[in-house]
Amino acid sequence: MSGASQNGAPLLEVRDVAVRFEGIVALDGVSFTLRKGQVLGLIGPNGAGKTTMFNCLSRLYTPTSGDVLFEGKSILGRPAHEMAAIGIGRTFQNVALFSRLTVRENVLIGGHSHTSSNFVGDSLRLPGSRHTESQLESTAQELIDYLDLNDVADRPVAGLPFGTQKRVELARALSARPKLLLLDEPAGGLNHDELHELGRLVRQIRDDRDVTVLLVEHHMGLVMSISDNVVALNFGKKIAEGPPDAVRKDPELIRAYLGGDAA
Amino acid sequence: MSVQKETVAHHDIGESPEGAQRAIARPAAPGAKTSVQTRHILFVALLALALFIPAFTKNFVVFQLTQTMVYAIAIVGLNLLTGFNGQFSLGHSAFYAVGAYTAAIMMEQMGVSYVWTLPAAGILCFILGFLFGLPALRLEGVYLALATFALAAATPQILKLSPLEQWTGGVQGIVITKPDAPFGLPLNQDQWLYYFTLIVGLILYLAARNLVTSRTGRALMAIRDNPIAARSMGVNTSLYKASAFGLSALYTGVAGALGAIIVQFVAPDSFTLTLSIGFLVGLVVGGVGWLPGALFGGAFLLFVPNIAENISKGLSGAVYGLLLILLIYVMPSGVAGFLQMIVSKARGGAK
Ligand SMILES: Nc1ncnc2c1ncn2[C@@H]1O[C@H](COP(=O)(O)OP(=O)(O)OP(=O)(O)O)[C@@H](O)[C@H]1O
Ligand SMILES: [Mg+2]
Repeated sequence: MSGASQNGAPLLEVRDVAVRFEGIVALDGVSFTLRKGQVLGLIGPNGAGKTTMFNCLSRLYTPTSGDVLFEGKSILGRPAHEMAAIGIGRTFQNVALFSRLTVRENVLIGGHSHTSSNFVGDSLRLPGSRHTESQLESTAQELIDYLDLNDVADRPVAGLPFGTQKRVELARALSARPKLLLLDEPAGGLNHDELHELGRLVRQIRDDRDVTVLLVEHHMGLVMSISDNVVALNFGKKIAEGPPDAVRKDPELIRAYLGGDAA
Repeated sequence: MSVQKETVAHHDIGESPEGAQRAIARPAAPGAKTSVQTRHILFVALLALALFIPAFTKNFVVFQLTQTMVYAIAIVGLNLLTGFNGQFSLGHSAFYAVGAYTAAIMMEQMGVSYVWTLPAAGILCFILGFLFGLPALRLEGVYLALATFALAAATPQILKLSPLEQWTGGVQGIVITKPDAPFGLPLNQDQWLYYFTLIVGLILYLAARNLVTSRTGRALMAIRDNPIAARSMGVNTSLYKASAFGLSALYTGVAGALGAIIVQFVAPDSFTLTLSIGFLVGLVVGGVGWLPGALFGGAFLLFVPNIAENISKGLSGAVYGLLLILLIYVMPSGVAGFLQMIVSKARGGAK
């Protein structure tokens, strides 16, 4: 498994990315490469710039400088809504579901990017639209089965427990058939058993679905156990990079976390 | 068991504001099936009733019902924008006016058949709505409301402008000839326009229902619920929002054209901000996000001002306001929420 991940072609190259907000340097010249089939853990204390990096990769933010290459091509000239179609999917740290829609509808919307239809066809239920709909429905059902969401499939997501909502987000992201999946703190709010299950699931998704994973997570046990490589950020700078075992022992990382605890 | 119950209840309110329009194939829970059947039966029964009404009611009542349907079409349009896509508009009187004048000018000055004025009004309003929707993309909430307010405020004055007078008839407006029933149908003009409006309304309603249960409709609702996540799922939010504005304007424009034909008259002061607010009131009364609610909203728009006038001539405005407050108090989420409550109570009682 790790053999394949070492040899994979670069899927994502982050080159010297910097993001400045008024007065704050959220990212300061960060570079790393993610190979096809890898799970890369992105760690760092609160405010280190992890979510900011995700927002750059999904084109919600534009870096002040630097470049982001996906499959060898820069994504910076493309709008955010094209990211799903080129194969970059994501979940959000605080869960960003369509709260008034059902689980199934949320997952159906996840399939928006790789299907097509228009106002006219959909209003008149033309054959093309009906075909799209049945295609979307079967993908959605497959993911609802995969993530064990059948019991809640037709309930609005607003009332569901946080852990379930996180799974819905995962299903929604997967229904776009991403090549690269960005997971922002998927373990937030999970208990010990669920955590273990999540770790298994992330690896399973990588293996079953040919998905490369970039994982932001504060839960060190989880990150270290499922990542092939780890990149550590602190105050917007990369402070460590390498296999989990090496990064774990990195003195600068230990210092960052000890210092970060004061905040 | 409680989970099961909740799920069933949810199916029953299938056409409710919150979990509205879920015709997406559901797993075959028995509750879901009966509820879909019940709804179909209800729909057919109502349609049958609608078909026979003109046979045993006075012409004036037929006219009023036609006007109700016309308002309902406009409210469906507003619902697509506000209820399903989360954009506000106080400017829909403008699109209604454009539709109305399109019909009037085409019929009276160009001699075109009334039938063709509807697609013309619809297409024109779609373009105008789309173009208005583009800059409006930068605006959210109150700011969008303000921009649309400006649109509504400007419309009557633009219609009165003297350079346009040769088409618009200026302050006097345009008188329209009522069309006769075609194919020698044994119907008077009011009855024919009733059926004509019914057909157009039905087509537009079904199209709206199809839309909101489709990929496009879900994209619109996704934008409403979480625009950033929608974008990350691949929804071109700008394009969809502008298109939603266009589509909403199309519905309202067609309603405007129909309204002009049945009232036989257009004049600038029929299309003030009051009309826009009326649509919004109708939307809230029927239930935001529930398409059939438009009929209740349309009826409210037409009848309640009259009722208020009958109660007190001098204070009709105050009475209208009072009735509205009362209604919102009794049905905080419109007729939709009210019906939903009754259905779930009935379910609970039956068990
Ligand atoms: N849109 C924004 N405007 C201004 N500052 C921002 C914005 N987004 C992020 N920041 C700032 O950038 C810095 C990095 O934030 P970011 O959310 O990327 O951290 P993080 O590593 O994800 O932290 P956490 O672990 O708490 O989620 C923080 O100081 C944050 O306040
Ligand atoms: Mg974060």
